Amino acid sequence: MITIKNLKAKIDNKEILRGLDLQVNAGEVHAIMGPNGSGKSTLANVLTGHDSYEVSGGEVIFNEKNLLNLAPEDRAREGLFLGFQYPVEIPGVSNATFLQTAINEIRKYKNEEEITPKEFLAKMREKAKVVGMDSSLISRAVNTGFSGGEKKKNEIFQLLMLDPKLAILDETDSGLDIDALRIVSQGVNEYKNENNAVILVTHYQRLLDYIVPDFIHVLYNGKIVKSGGKELALELEEKGYDWITKGEN
Amino acid sequence: MEATSGNSEKSLADEKVLINELTDKEYEWGFVTDIESDVFPKGLNENTVRKISKIKNEPEWLTEYRVKAYNHWLTLKEPKWPNVVYPEIDFQDIRYYSAPKQKEQLESLDDVDPELLKTFEKLGISIEEQKKLSNVAVDVVFDSVSVKTTFQDTLKEKGIIFSPLSEALQNHPDLVKEYFGSVVPYTDNFYAALNAAVFSEGSFVYIPKGVRCPMELSTYFRINSMDTGQFERTLVVAEEGAYVSYLEGCTAPMRDENQLHAAVVELVAKKDAEIKYSTVQNWYPGDKEGKGGIYNFVTKRGICEGDNSKISWSQVETGSAITWKYPSTILKGDNSVGEFYSVAVTNNYQQADTGTKMIHLGKNTKSTIVSKGISAGRSNNSYRGLVKIGKNADGARNFSQCDSMLMSDKCGAHTFPYLEIDNKNSTVEHEATTSKVSEDQIFYLNQRGISTEDAVNMIVNGFCKEVFNKLPMEFAVEATKLLALSLEGSVG
Repeated sequence: MITIKNLKAKIDNKEILRGLDLQVNAGEVHAIMGPNGSGKSTLANVLTGHDSYEVSGGEVIFNEKNLLNLAPEDRAREGLFLGFQYPVEIPGVSNATFLQTAINEIRKYKNEEEITPKEFLAKMREKAKVVGMDSSLISRAVNTGFSGGEKKKNEIFQLLMLDPKLAILDETDSGLDIDALRIVSQGVNEYKNENNAVILVTHYQRLLDYIVPDFIHVLYNGKIVKSGGKELALELEEKGYDWITKGEN
Repeated sequence: MEATSGNSEKSLADEKVLINELTDKEYEWGFVTDIESDVFPKGLNENTVRKISKIKNEPEWLTEYRVKAYNHWLTLKEPKWPNVVYPEIDFQDIRYYSAPKQKEQLESLDDVDPELLKTFEKLGISIEEQKKLSNVAVDVVFDSVSVKTTFQDTLKEKGIIFSPLSEALQNHPDLVKEYFGSVVPYTDNFYAALNAAVFSEGSFVYIPKGVRCPMELSTYFRINSMDTGQFERTLVVAEEGAYVSYLEGCTAPMRDENQLHAAVVELVAKKDAEIKYSTVQNWYPGDKEGKGGIYNFVTKRGICEGDNSKISWSQVETGSAITWKYPSTILKGDNSVGEFYSVAVTNNYQQADTGTKMIHLGKNTKSTIVSKGISAGRSNNSYRGLVKIGKNADGARNFSQCDSMLMSDKCGAHTFPYLEIDNKNSTVEHEATTSKVSEDQIFYLNQRGISTEDAVNMIVNGFCKEVFNKLPMEFAVEATKLLALSLEGSVG
């Protein structure tokens, strides 16, 4: 699905990613954990093409294409999705208009027919139910006046609507109460299948109780310093990051 | 606030149409039509004024009115208070009359000059059939003369008069005389005086008592000839309990020279009457270096004369090198309502100084002002609005909201609200915001597969939504398209 080799990236001339390697295959869920400032969000932003970051080395192959050469919208059209840590508000633009445009742009890119309004509405109703969003939220402007929890649910709603190949979820669990966390996780589990993949970026083990990863990676100082199975999360929860990061500087 | 529609399927489809319309590039309407025209030589004097009146075969009172206006105009100075900059206008270097040459009165569409018809097709106006389907009656003013008014017969049955002003002056002289200049007298301002002296065409609408006009009435203005000024007058009268929705669209071909457009619009709403007046203004804005373009100096005013009457202005202003316009409402009748919904877009070197005046005279009168200014390039966009509450206007209420959006760091947005309150039992609220299209918003949309250009259009349309919602559907589509066109390449 995606192969990241020796990826290096800077922001404001400060190196954040310092040679990161990661391979994610279809059907897998990977969790990336690590202390604050280790480069987790940078990784998400660099992969999706945020122009504040400068790639200074390495390569990323996604769908057999050189991802780093694509414009951000083409990365999305290729099937790369980012669940934002802080989703932005877009006043006056309804969720429906926004999503219908997004779906059709992606379809156009793949030379597929546009979605019919009927098909689109049916899909919206179905997916909204999964994340417990009521229909008023759908016709409201994108994230405008949404609570923190509603914004995160809306990210997962979009994930279900767009059905990408690879979903990177950047701290989707932050700021959620236990009920919202359960609903959001349910949405991700609904999305997951053997043809797609998920990269969860998170601080806490808590999310991994609901979305069970196949692999856990610890990111520290811009590199993956330890990888393991789901049991690694419990170990981290218990011991913190120190035992891994010691001696890495 | 976002208006949530009960019928989301329909609104969805509508929105889709809007989005799909965001395609075109350059100023599309910049073609010149090759038609023989009857034109006056350049220059203005009393004789020019009398000559226009004579060509139009006008009653004597109007000829004298024009001359009085002309003489008054000579005593006035061009206003300098708007926040716009332009070289001195040489009023002797303008042609004050240009009519497409026609042999005789035209009875059917077959008689209309095919070149003219082609122009209308390019503009997307089919004079008859298409509008019939969309239920719009059209009066087309081409340069200075009204070419054809559609739907006359259907309207006649209801007693509605919708005709070129010159025709109304022949057929209903007393009616025109009663209201002509009653809301905007020639003494009002420099350009109103000039217009009163040299206006060459316009539209007249009269809705009799208790009649709801069954279709939207529309006028399309186009300046074609070189160095021609366009000075049209629109007069709309809604008798007691009448209703009318009037649409006005404007385009002009590309020219290197600046052209002057100084129109006057007067609206009269009697007791329980309602007038909706919508404008989409797309005069040629000049090129990227600020060369050419229309000077749009317009006086628009309505009076809510009777109790419970209502006048609603909505406008989308994307064109013109300079716009100077303040559609206003005098709320004379008790409980009368005035509304002003505006989107003004400026790009490159365009300048706009636009807003409204709400003059509250009657009791419990209410006004709402929603103004959205979008500035891009090196343009300057000013909102200027007056809310005046007279001493007898007990219980008057006003709400004003002025939002500005900046698309570059070289453009300007300005707000000049004026309040004159002479009554303690009134409420006036004013809100203003300024925002920038943020990189984060664009990236968010990019990340969902939407290109930067489409993202900007989407964000800007969202910003204007409250105003677009007030426009008739057909205009909303055009407005969205014009917005995209006007802001083409302004970000990134």
